[in-house]
Amino acid sequence: MSLQLERVGRTFAGKAAVQDVSFRAEPGEIIGLLGTSGCGKSTLLRAISGLDTEFDGLIEINNKKVDDIQKTTGFMFQEPRLLPWLNVLDNVTFGLEGNREEKKKKAGRYLESVGLADSEKLYPKQLSGGMAQRVAIARALATSPEILLLDEPFSALDAFTKMQLQDLLLEVWRSYQSTMVLVTHDVDEAAYLCDRIIVLRGQPGKVEREITITEPRPRERGSSEQAAYKAEILASLDLTTDTA
Amino acid sequence: MAKNQSEVSGVFTTGSKSQPSTIKPKSPFTHPLLLGSIFPALLVVVWELLSRSEVFPAYQLPAPSVILETIVGMAEDGTLWGHVGITFYRVLMGFLLGTAAAVVLGSLVGFYKHAEALFDPLIQAFRSIPSLAWVPLFILWMGIGEPSKIAMIAVGVFFPVYLNIVSGISGVDRKLIEVGKMYGLNTFQLVRRIILPAALPSFLVGLRSGLGLGWMFVVAAELMGASQGLGYLLVVGQNTLAPETIIASIVLFAVIGKLSDWVLKKLETRTLHWQDRAAKS
Repeated sequence: MSLQLERVGRTFAGKAAVQDVSFRAEPGEIIGLLGTSGCGKSTLLRAISGLDTEFDGLIEINNKKVDDIQKTTGFMFQEPRLLPWLNVLDNVTFGLEGNREEKKKKAGRYLESVGLADSEKLYPKQLSGGMAQRVAIARALATSPEILLLDEPFSALDAFTKMQLQDLLLEVWRSYQSTMVLVTHDVDEAAYLCDRIIVLRGQPGKVEREITITEPRPRERGSSEQAAYKAEILASLDLTTDTA
Repeated sequence: MAKNQSEVSGVFTTGSKSQPSTIKPKSPFTHPLLLGSIFPALLVVVWELLSRSEVFPAYQLPAPSVILETIVGMAEDGTLWGHVGITFYRVLMGFLLGTAAAVVLGSLVGFYKHAEALFDPLIQAFRSIPSLAWVPLFILWMGIGEPSKIAMIAVGVFFPVYLNIVSGISGVDRKLIEVGKMYGLNTFQLVRRIILPAALPSFLVGLRSGLGLGWMFVVAAELMGASQGLGYLLVVGQNTLAPETIIASIVLFAVIGKLSDWVLKKLETRTLHWQDRAAKS
């Protein structure tokens, strides 16, 4: 599924948070939205999701204007946001339709792919942060979204869990081929996961640069190519003048 | 941070999971039931001794055994069941009526901004009236029979249940509602699948404090004028200079009040087992 943004902006109470963002995501592409905090990354993502419809400009999914929540779009939040009164299995089946057996089977498959097949009966309070986020991944994938929006999905996790889940995400991406838009402030994550990185800067945030990462997957963390991309990203963020 | 918290709670819950419900005592002497009965038992023994040795005069504070005899006596001649039954019936009816009204109004006010603007100021104004002030008016309107008593109790039950429903519904985490919206739930589905379960803990707290107030108000209602009931026993005890009847009635209030609260508490632990609460050590 393709996604198109044309001159998208959002103003909160007269103050522009993000302005003039245009880009296009081809089916199966992983796009990174990268920028320092407050430059409107998450605002953009909420606009794409349809949770926020007060934006300016045009957003199209498969050449159809977005003005409401789309069934084909999945959203993964910064926090797991599991429903505490449902167990793991019921959380994953939450957005599914159809009869119970089918839903269970489907959810079971996704739980297996995130490595939690034997935790179906646990409640969110019994999960660690990494486990809860993996359930959230399974839940986001279970509805087979054609576009998956990820809002700093791994930012609250420790470095090791983060790497594991990034690889897991790539793995499920390979088998389901969703188009993904990943909001992040983590340069390593962006360089490791994305096909294209859109760097936002300033307040209100504007597109500073677009960086295409041609390095084929699987990529190696810490390779010289990765280091070069990271240097390029950091240079375009131009953090020195920001702090001055 | 979030990760750390959930890990800590994970430790707590897995700890309490392997030792179900109550904390297993290391020795039988620290069993919670036993610990909890030490002081009551001591108190009763001391009281019995002091009453027998006539430190407390019998016409003011009879011995526990005398009070027990009074209760057993009433049970034997059958009057006990009438008193307990009618009082229980009044509380139950008032509780159901008050809760029903609170659920309807509380849901309206919790869900709709306009309903809040419309009803809430008036309800808050009524809340500031001491509920007992209604008694004469209710008696005037509905006579001295059951309706005025039940209305009285319903008023008492209404406010805590109402307040907790409103705060429960308006306190539902916006983030969870967004999850529901993302899956394309309509308003009705959002209410049923997210708002109601999320507001349930607060609703149950309201029910328990409402029930507590119900027991308080039944005493007031029965003191005002009744021919049967535990509150009536209090009046009888006072008029016939029989402190054992008064204390027997108080004890019965305590027992059935506690029992009814226990039922609600059981309901609470069954429906809210998913809540992430810290285990005490």
